[in-house]
Amino acid sequence: MEKFIKFDSTIMPLNIENIDTDQIIPARFLKAVTRDGFGDNLFRDWRYDNNDNLIENFNLNSINNDSKILLAGRNFGCGSSREHAAWAIYDYGFRVVVSSFFADIFRNNALNNGLLVIQLSQNKIDQIFDKVSNDINTVFSVDLNDQKFYSSDGTIDEEFEINEYNKTCLINGYDNIDYLLSVKDKILKFESNLK
Amino acid sequence: MGKTLFEKVWDNHVVDSIPNGPSIIYIDKHLIHEVTSPQAFAGLNKRNIKVFRPDKTIATADHNVPTTNQHLPIQEALSRNQVETLNKNCREHCVELYGLGHKYQGIVHVIGPELGITQPGMTIVCGDSHTSTHGAFGSIAFGIGTSEVEMVLSTQCLLQNKPKTMLIEIDGELNEGVYSKDIILYIISKITASGGTGYFVEYSGAAIRSLSMEARMTICNMSIEMGARGGMIAPDEITFDYIKGKKFSPQGDEFDASVKKWKQLKSDNDAKYDKVIKFDAKDIEPMITYGTNPGMGIKIKDYIPDSALNTSSESFNKSLDYMGLKSGQKLIDKKIDYVFIGSCTNSRIEDLRIASNIVKGKKKSDQVNAWVIPGSKSVEKIAIEEGLDKIFNEAGFEFRQPGCSACLAMNEDKIPQGKYCVSTSNRNFEGRQGPGSRTFLASPATAALTALNGFITDIRDYN
Ligand code: SF4
Repeated sequence: MEKFIKFDSTIMPLNIENIDTDQIIPARFLKAVTRDGFGDNLFRDWRYDNNDNLIENFNLNSINNDSKILLAGRNFGCGSSREHAAWAIYDYGFRVVVSSFFADIFRNNALNNGLLVIQLSQNKIDQIFDKVSNDINTVFSVDLNDQKFYSSDGTIDEEFEINEYNKTCLINGYDNIDYLLSVKDKILKFESNLK
Repeated sequence: MGKTLFEKVWDNHVVDSIPNGPSIIYIDKHLIHEVTSPQAFAGLNKRNIKVFRPDKTIATADHNVPTTNQHLPIQEALSRNQVETLNKNCREHCVELYGLGHKYQGIVHVIGPELGITQPGMTIVCGDSHTSTHGAFGSIAFGIGTSEVEMVLSTQCLLQNKPKTMLIEIDGELNEGVYSKDIILYIISKITASGGTGYFVEYSGAAIRSLSMEARMTICNMSIEMGARGGMIAPDEITFDYIKGKKFSPQGDEFDASVKKWKQLKSDNDAKYDKVIKFDAKDIEPMITYGTNPGMGIKIKDYIPDSALNTSSESFNKSLDYMGLKSGQKLIDKKIDYVFIGSCTNSRIEDLRIASNIVKGKKKSDQVNAWVIPGSKSVEKIAIEEGLDKIFNEAGFEFRQPGCSACLAMNEDKIPQGKYCVSTSNRNFEGRQGPGSRTFLASPATAALTALNGFITDIRDYN
């Protein structure tokens, strides 16, 4: 996993609720056996029509700002457990998703891939959507160390929550599997007490 | 203070807890399939390690397999590659595989229970969100992502934060024409597609107790559609009867000893839940969805509303536009193009029996394509023994071979652009059943009757 480093970026707004992982990456693109290249098909059926023509007024097509921050409506990532959704978002270039509410499995999948999820109140989210719709070039900073998310003009200045374990993993690029392998003796001991 | 069923099973599986972090949870059974496992195996191979507990791992091919001519090589190259990759991984890592053509092959959440792999008190995971199905036996069962599949393959453990607990109690007696699918669609319509997020749900109450195991599985299956990590039901005599004599269930004295243990698996009287929601069975009627998430459901005779809980008017209208529907419109008599009876929600033998009973001796409407996809080879076998395949075929339905099929439309079973499908599956998301497809979720009874008439019909009006 890549280390999570503090950065500044504009925002890609997607003011839609209940964005499910089928929308993030439709099932017909899940046939690969590697983790690469899913970004090409991120939000495929919202970005392209049936004849593979760009749908011009979809934000990912109409806003060209190389944003690393995806801002979305509540209950983001619901539905299927496919981790391909997190891979696609990351591969496309996003490093953070900001919403008022995340589905549980998506949250885990994101964190397991170095994709930070920032949950803020619905009020705040609405404010940020307003701000971005007034000026799409507003720059925001994501500082995981201090757990801060703020706009360069200071009008948005939020702290966000993340547990210590996940934070340490993201900042250092640690891997859960390395961790679990390092506690094998505990697992073996647990197994010996089974039955 | 007493413990909930969830807490009892959870506590039994905690290997260790990381301060200010997740717990290490031991997993009793790990089910895998072709779509969400290849990258996990690749991770193991990269680390040069083998599957830690292959005897606790079971594989099948279901998501991406054709539902006709399964004896022939898979036509589509990418699908074939994925299924072959699973075969290869299972061979190299000594994992038991019920692949295409095997007598136990089928949808992962159908085969676990019917083979007796799923048992009360277990922790069960699978790289598939509907793993919640297995909670019907009083196990903690939930879906995981591929990185987590890799964790379990390499250590038989998962890092998990303990979810909150929710009790959903349904008392009273069920109305006529109400099936377990209607119960769960009703619950989700009340608490929304995100109302269960962060929670593990336990279902209880007289209406739940009265249900068969198949019906309980349908309910637990769709727990994820309200965002819950999983759903569970305390095991009882109905559970023990179901498990008895199954291929991999404990046999003889061992079975009796297990039942004794399983009987402890219920919430204590003084157990506390983080949230309790109560419903009355008499308020539940046959249900159908009208929108693009499973929370957008109504009683089948109701009119489409003009708003939904926790949904902005923008999202709500986008959803109705996609469906080609309007607020105030009724769904009864709405013309339908496809009927899909299948998926891990409703493809068990009981579901096929219910549907075939309605179809028997009748003909489907000419405008409707109707597919029946048994959940597994075992279900298919029983259906054929009971002559259900004939009943469906004579009525003009296509009785096909087992797999996920049009539930997620990864194979060629797709609902065409703009067409309407009454489906017994679990998700009515945009494009779920194929690009541009429009899905109405309903019970197998509603689906079967709708196929006969060609338009959405209330099962209570069946004669
Ligand atoms: S039937 Fe549908 S929901 Fe069930 S496991 Fe298959 S794809 Fe998933």
